[in-house]
Amino acid sequence: MVVMSSRVRLARNLQGAPFPGWAKKTDRQRALEVIMGAAVALPEMQGCLSRSMDSFTVLEKQLLVEKHLISREHAAKNVGSGVAINKAKTISLMINEEDHLRMQALLPGFCLGEVWETIDRVDSGLESKLDYAYSPKLGYLTACPTNVGTGIRASAMLHLPALVIAEQINQVIQAVNKLGLAVRGLYGEGTEASGNLFQVSNQTTLGEREQDLIERLRKVINQIIEHELNARQTLIEKRPHMIYDQVGRAYGVLTNACIQTSKEAMNLISMLRLGLDLDLIRGLNHGLIDELFLTTQPAHLQKRSHQKLTAEQRDVRRASLLRERLKDVQRPKLLAPGFPPAEDAADEGKTDIA
Amino acid sequence: MLCDICKENEATVHFSQVVGDKVRKIDICEACAKAKGLTDPGSVAMLGDMLGEFAGEQMPAETENLRCPACGFTLANFKKTGRLGCGECYVTFEGGLKSLLKAMHKGERHVGKTPGKAATARDVTDRIKALEDDLQRAIADERYENAAQIRDEIRAIETKTMPKPAK
Repeated sequence: MVVMSSRVRLARNLQGAPFPGWAKKTDRQRALEVIMGAAVALPEMQGCLSRSMDSFTVLEKQLLVEKHLISREHAAKNVGSGVAINKAKTISLMINEEDHLRMQALLPGFCLGEVWETIDRVDSGLESKLDYAYSPKLGYLTACPTNVGTGIRASAMLHLPALVIAEQINQVIQAVNKLGLAVRGLYGEGTEASGNLFQVSNQTTLGEREQDLIERLRKVINQIIEHELNARQTLIEKRPHMIYDQVGRAYGVLTNACIQTSKEAMNLISMLRLGLDLDLIRGLNHGLIDELFLTTQPAHLQKRSHQKLTAEQRDVRRASLLRERLKDVQRPKLLAPGFPPAEDAADEGKTDIA
Repeated sequence: MLCDICKENEATVHFSQVVGDKVRKIDICEACAKAKGLTDPGSVAMLGDMLGEFAGEQMPAETENLRCPACGFTLANFKKTGRLGCGECYVTFEGGLKSLLKAMHKGERHVGKTPGKAATARDVTDRIKALEDDLQRAIADERYENAAQIRDEIRAIETKTMPKPAK
């Protein structure tokens, strides 16, 4: 349960039209109409949400960002930009972001092949109606030269708590960087990861076939998963008190605190997720944990309470939501097989065990 | 160490990235970091994007005065934003972009997906339709020699595309 979600996005532009950042308003408007017309006609997009960016409130846009359905950059757009999201919320098309078209497929779990096939189908469907800016030598032409060629960014969101605790994460990130892959935080282009969540993606787009790139990324991610699982095993064997303490504290704070900052909550939810993976906690499942990662985000909290909230108000609501959602979760069973070691059993029994 | 962007202030913000066996570093001052929107860790642009701008500054001097004939974009615009103006810019600034693309990517040539037969087939149909319209006009105007040429051109396209299935 290391990989939370998989995503592939493709960047495309219209032939003969200036890129959105350089285009005049009328050009952007025309591109939006042409692409939106083609997008909503796709079988994959039947019954989709299709809107101009100026029709959303700030909060609605932020919700889409938190759901990873649009980028932060796209949330800042208004007239002349738009978005189309399919019913299942697995396919999203951003129109007039940095490129005329940024389309993505996003699914929970480790399924890069499947998301690539999904977005490849959407792309082929659109291509039969739109003339893409394409050069036989450089491939799909994009506003930023970093995306030219395939225009692809394939990524997976990884939960790597043990590598962080064991202080091996920087080594892993460096090794991954050396392979030409990027490691980023939760919202893509951040430097700091919260909740021990890391996004691993390709950096280069020219000179490699999409399938080869995805296969390469898949192999690297499999290695990261192996490192994470090894780190968990080592921690359980060598520093069991520390791991059980972290899970126990996370449970204690999450089910009792009245004020929770976003950062603290993310890290505690991460520890609870680790406890779940290590089979220390009952009455909890990955669906609920992953839902909490999302619903404790600022826009989701404000949507839930139907009002704009200050940071302080959000911290109170966040704590209340967490207490409510975790009320049926049983206290962590801090007695995994082989733990505590015999000599500590008496002490552990008095202090920690439910 | 001076800021890589303004070359005036002391660089206090440092980025480094390893791609392949190359290490790229950028050292900039607080003011430039702010101007580029790099103060919020959540909104830090890809280093590759940043490098696009710096590499732009290293473009050969002869590209300095070039202006894209299709969209009017100039090298100065590229330096400022790290983005190009349109697809044609890749041809206009080809000389300068070459080394940049080489440093940025795994290869220099596209080997991935190509727009498929749907687009090609449609181009052919559109072309034939346009020629047929021309043919009708030529006949109506009694430009028979012209009409014969157009007819031959239509036949040439049809024989070239019909028997060979498009890839």
